[in-house]
Amino acid sequence: MSDFITRLESVVSQTGFMNLMWEHPVMWVVGLVFVYLGIKKNVEPLLLVPIGFTAVLVNLPLAPLMVDELGQVVDLVTGQHSDPGLLWYFYHYGFEKGEIVPCLIFLGLGAMTDFGPLLSNPKTLLLGAAAQVGVYSAMFGALLIGFTPKEAACIGIIGGADGPTTIYTTLQLAPHLLGATALAAYSYMALVPIVQPPVIRALTTEEERGRVMKQTRKVSKAERIVFPIAVAIVVILLVPPAAPLIGLLMLGNLFRESGVVERLSDAAQNSLMNIVTIFLGLGVGATMDGTKFLQPKVIAIYVLGLFAFVCSTAGGVLFAKFFNLFLKDKINPVIGAAGVSAVPMAARVAHQIGQQANRRNYLLMHAMGPNVAGVIGTIIAAGLFIAMLK
Amino acid sequence: MADVVAPMVGKVIEILVKEGDEVEENQEVVMLEAMKMEMPVVAEAAGKVTAVKVTEGQSVEADDVLVIIG
Repeated sequence: MSDFITRLESVVSQTGFMNLMWEHPVMWVVGLVFVYLGIKKNVEPLLLVPIGFTAVLVNLPLAPLMVDELGQVVDLVTGQHSDPGLLWYFYHYGFEKGEIVPCLIFLGLGAMTDFGPLLSNPKTLLLGAAAQVGVYSAMFGALLIGFTPKEAACIGIIGGADGPTTIYTTLQLAPHLLGATALAAYSYMALVPIVQPPVIRALTTEEERGRVMKQTRKVSKAERIVFPIAVAIVVILLVPPAAPLIGLLMLGNLFRESGVVERLSDAAQNSLMNIVTIFLGLGVGATMDGTKFLQPKVIAIYVLGLFAFVCSTAGGVLFAKFFNLFLKDKINPVIGAAGVSAVPMAARVAHQIGQQANRRNYLLMHAMGPNVAGVIGTIIAAGLFIAMLK
Repeated sequence: MADVVAPMVGKVIEILVKEGDEVEENQEVVMLEAMKMEMPVVAEAAGKVTAVKVTEGQSVEADDVLVIIG
C-alpha cells in the first residue's frame, strides 16, 4: 500500500503542473503572441506560426522535446536519463552541426533572386554596402552596453535584415542568443513598411523622392550566368567564412539563370524551401526555453535590432545623396533605403514612397539593385565578423 | 498623343479605361503587378484613349505600349 502511494506521488510530481516555473507561462504568452501576429496580422506567418507554437511546446515542463544528448530530464521512478528529444534532433542536426537549414534557405533564395537590376546598374552595389552601416553601429552600441564582442556581432547582423544570415552568424558566434536574434530579425523584416518610411521621409525632400530614374539597360544571359559564379569565387576568396552562405546562394541563382535545370530551380524555390522553413521554425522555436530565453538581454537585443534597422536605412539614403554629388544621372536617394536586405519588402517600400511623391515614378526595379546587393553585403559583413571573432 | 508604356516587366491585372474614354493627367489607366506588388500606371497627359493594346492577365516587358492616348 505504501508502495502504491509512493508511486502515485511520483506520478503526480512528474506532471507538468507540478514543475511549472514562472518563465513557462510567460513563454506561452510570447509564443502565442507570435502565432497571433502570424495568423491575424499576417506578419511573416510562414515563420512565426511554427516558431511561436514550438516555443509553447518547449515550455511545457518535462516534455522530452529539447532534452539533449546528456538527457537532462531524469525519470523520477527509474532514475534513468531519457533519450534526446525530438526537437533537439532538429536543432542539433539542422542548426548546430553545419548550419544546414539556414544554408538551404539561401539555396532557395538564390533561385528566387533576380540579380538583373543590380547587373544593369552596378553602381547600386555601393548602396547595398552603405546600408550595412547599421550592422556596425548596432554592434558598437551592443559593445557599449556590455555585450561580448561575439554577441554584439550577432546583434549587429540583425540590421542587415536577413534572417538566415542572422541565424548563421549567431550559430557561429553566440548560439545561446539564437532564438532572440532570429526573432528580432524576422520581426523587423516584417516591420520594414512601418520602420523605414519615417526615416526616409526625414532625410529626403519631396522633390528628391519624386525623382524619376533613367530606364536601366537590358542584361544579357551570359552576364546573368557569369555573375553567380564570379561572385561566389571572389567573395569566398576574400571572406572564406562566408562560403556556405554565398556558395549556396549563388548555386541557387545559377540554377535559375542557367535555364537548363528548371526542376532543380523549382525544387529549391518551392518544395525544398517549404520543407526547410518547417525545420527552421522547429529549430528556432526549440531554443526558446523560458528559463534561458527570458533575460534582460533579450529586450536589449530587440531595441538594438531596431536601432540597427534605422541606421541601415539612414545610411543607405544618406550615401545615395552623397553619391549624387558625383553623378550626372542622379539616383533617387529613396532606393538607398532598399540596401537593407529584406528582399523584396524594402524595394517595395522604396517604390511606394517614390510613387507617393510623384505618380509617374516607378522605382521598384531600380530599388531591387541595392536590395539584392544588400544580401551580398550582409553576408560579407557576417563573414568578416566570423573571421575576426571565432 | 502619348503612349502609356509599362515602366517595368510585370503582368497586367486590370485595365481601368476603355477606348473612347477621356482621361486626365496622372489618372490611373492600367494596374500592373510586378514582384507580387500592385502598382497603378498613370497617363502622362490628358486626352482620349484611342487604343488599348493589352489584355488583362497579359505579361508585359518594360517599355511595351499599354494604352494609346490621342
